[in-house]
Amino acid sequence: MNKAICTALLSISLGASQAHAEITIGATLPLTGPGSGLGIPSKNGISLWPDTIAGEKIRLIILDDGTDPTLANKNARRLIGEDKVDLIIGTPSTPTAMAVAEVAAEGHTVHLSSTPVEMPEGKGGWTFRLSQQNPLMARALVAHMKKNGVKSFGFLGYADAYGEGWLKDVLPIARQAGITLTSAERFGRADTSVTAQALRVIGGNPDAILVVAAGSGAAMPHKALAERGYKGKIYQTSAAATRDLIRLGGKDVEGGFIVAGVALMPDSLAPNHPSRKIGLAFVERYEKQFGPNTRNQAAAHTYNVPLILEKVVPIALKKGKPGTPQFRAALKEALENSGEIATTHGVFRFTAQDHFGLSDDAAVMLRIGNGNWHAEPR
Amino acid sequence: MLLGLDPSIGAILALDGISSGIIYGLVAIALVLVFAVTRILFLPQGEFVVFGALTLAMFQEGMIPGTVWLLLLLALCATATRVFDHLRCAQPEGMLRTVVLNLVVPCCIAALAAWAAPHKLALPLQVGLTLLLVTALGPLLYTVVFESMADASVLVLLIVAVGVHMASMGLGLVFFGAEGFRTPAFWDERWSLGAVTLNGQTVVVMLAAAVLLAALWLFFERTLYGKALRATALNRLGARLMGVSGPLVGRLAFGMAAFIGALSGMLVGPGTTIFYDSGFVIGIKGFVVAVIGGLASFPATALGALFIGLLESFSSFWASDYKEIIVFMLLLPILLWRSWGAAVHDEQEE
Repeated sequence: MNKAICTALLSISLGASQAHAEITIGATLPLTGPGSGLGIPSKNGISLWPDTIAGEKIRLIILDDGTDPTLANKNARRLIGEDKVDLIIGTPSTPTAMAVAEVAAEGHTVHLSSTPVEMPEGKGGWTFRLSQQNPLMARALVAHMKKNGVKSFGFLGYADAYGEGWLKDVLPIARQAGITLTSAERFGRADTSVTAQALRVIGGNPDAILVVAAGSGAAMPHKALAERGYKGKIYQTSAAATRDLIRLGGKDVEGGFIVAGVALMPDSLAPNHPSRKIGLAFVERYEKQFGPNTRNQAAAHTYNVPLILEKVVPIALKKGKPGTPQFRAALKEALENSGEIATTHGVFRFTAQDHFGLSDDAAVMLRIGNGNWHAEPR
Repeated sequence: MLLGLDPSIGAILALDGISSGIIYGLVAIALVLVFAVTRILFLPQGEFVVFGALTLAMFQEGMIPGTVWLLLLLALCATATRVFDHLRCAQPEGMLRTVVLNLVVPCCIAALAAWAAPHKLALPLQVGLTLLLVTALGPLLYTVVFESMADASVLVLLIVAVGVHMASMGLGLVFFGAEGFRTPAFWDERWSLGAVTLNGQTVVVMLAAAVLLAALWLFFERTLYGKALRATALNRLGARLMGVSGPLVGRLAFGMAAFIGALSGMLVGPGTTIFYDSGFVIGIKGFVVAVIGGLASFPATALGALFIGLLESFSSFWASDYKEIIVFMLLLPILLWRSWGAAVHDEQEE
């Protein structure tokens, strides 16, 4: 109890010393643990942020949650309770994002999630998603399959929330398009072999195989399918849309497809699309800082945060000073009524009912050829 | 056709199972060796596997692997503790030897690795260098962490081993980054035997395991050091009374474990993507195998390894969603079976 009072006093005194209103943004990211392949680029995206947003100074607190939901929950409580953040960012891993969403709703603080986390009815009301929801990606995938005469597909995915979430979302959309599932097999990232699962999936003789895995983990199943002589189309999901797939997969991943966020290939957008220019700027700035061909989904998500805030902060500032509950509530209201916000990943249209916001032009189908990826015609 | 299984698929699965079984077996043999000699359930054995694979991957990229810095750090700590011991006991005679063994030799290895990294030497040289680098970590780790608590209970040693595992995994992330790597195959050949393709790497894995087992047998049967290890495994106190140095056999066991770990890492690296944290699952499966062998018998461990590899391969085919559950659930009946008939032997009698 004493500790709680001390913390309260401390934060009051801190609040008093901050004569200038500055916007405090807290981020909890998986900088270590199995999600670090996404967490580290997320942090890279933040490093490209401007110092001020809508004329207000930004104070940034980044915490590591080790891809552990318990720690993410603790981090979120600390950020809201002690640091009095106006906004929480994080995380690109689904289980940790769920933990943060729950705390954010309790603490009445807007949460921008880098993963399209699905929350039960009545929970996570303060969470807005920065990334494409699975059904959106699945629609782009199924549309491409249909266009290329695919009638059946096999599933080879991670035995975790990411794999299962994809399977659950892609099935009804595929069924509607008349594409059937032949078999669904799972594997783990650290497995020494996926030969058995690859044999099983190929045994169903599908026209295409959907591999659901992340980062460099996506190369092993792709290679296993190629080594077993699979000749059909192989599709990968957005989490695999990094250079690591090509680096590790080599010639075995040639001809594969990846459904990805449009930030990776802004050239594929129509010349007058509002995201085109923003996307090109992101790619140029990011690759200048982190090396050629390093652009990725996760970094683009966090890079988008100032773009969104630039639009909603001025509206929220009219209702309250940063650091107050009024400002936080105003931020949520402004997001829900902001209209269109152009970002690297497409145009967001958040409403009170829809905290996902992106539409179908936010996805792009990439084909791997000659050790590079190319946008497929829309 | 049994549930979609025809003979050719069965043969592919068997081959795949045997080659992963061999890797688990190598890890298990190192676990058994370390446990028998030092009573440590050496969970971080999986990290040696990862360090082996990723160190080679770094050499391939022409970068200085992070294990070089770890080696230097451990060398400094080991020298400091040992020199302190010498001073405290006022025994200056062995001091020079200590410094040479614990500081000069590791520094030479580290310097060699740092020099060789940008030169992108031929694969066999890089493999040799990786083996040297990772093997050197073993004895130093024992000196720094375990030597001073050699007489602690099995439980304390296990808890410390878990701590070492956590620390080495974290260091792995710092050294190698979050993304995984593949190492090149030692032998990139393929033969078609009917429907089954046998690739060179599988042959290399089998040959390497056979050579290693033969070498271990020769070592334990024919050399004085091997006999010292066996004596310690049989009876610690008795061996000590006969003049076998406890710290020496501990360091030797850790060195061998690190060598076997690095070797298995480079054997498994071409077939799968190795991440900084892959060592845990490989280590745990090796542990299941070691338990089948009763943490004592090498032949039983080898058989257990093949069994686990085949079980994993076939259960991946029939029920991939449950394969880990099937493999790990197996521990229960095995423990039950092993506890029947086995004489109750209690470490902590006090």
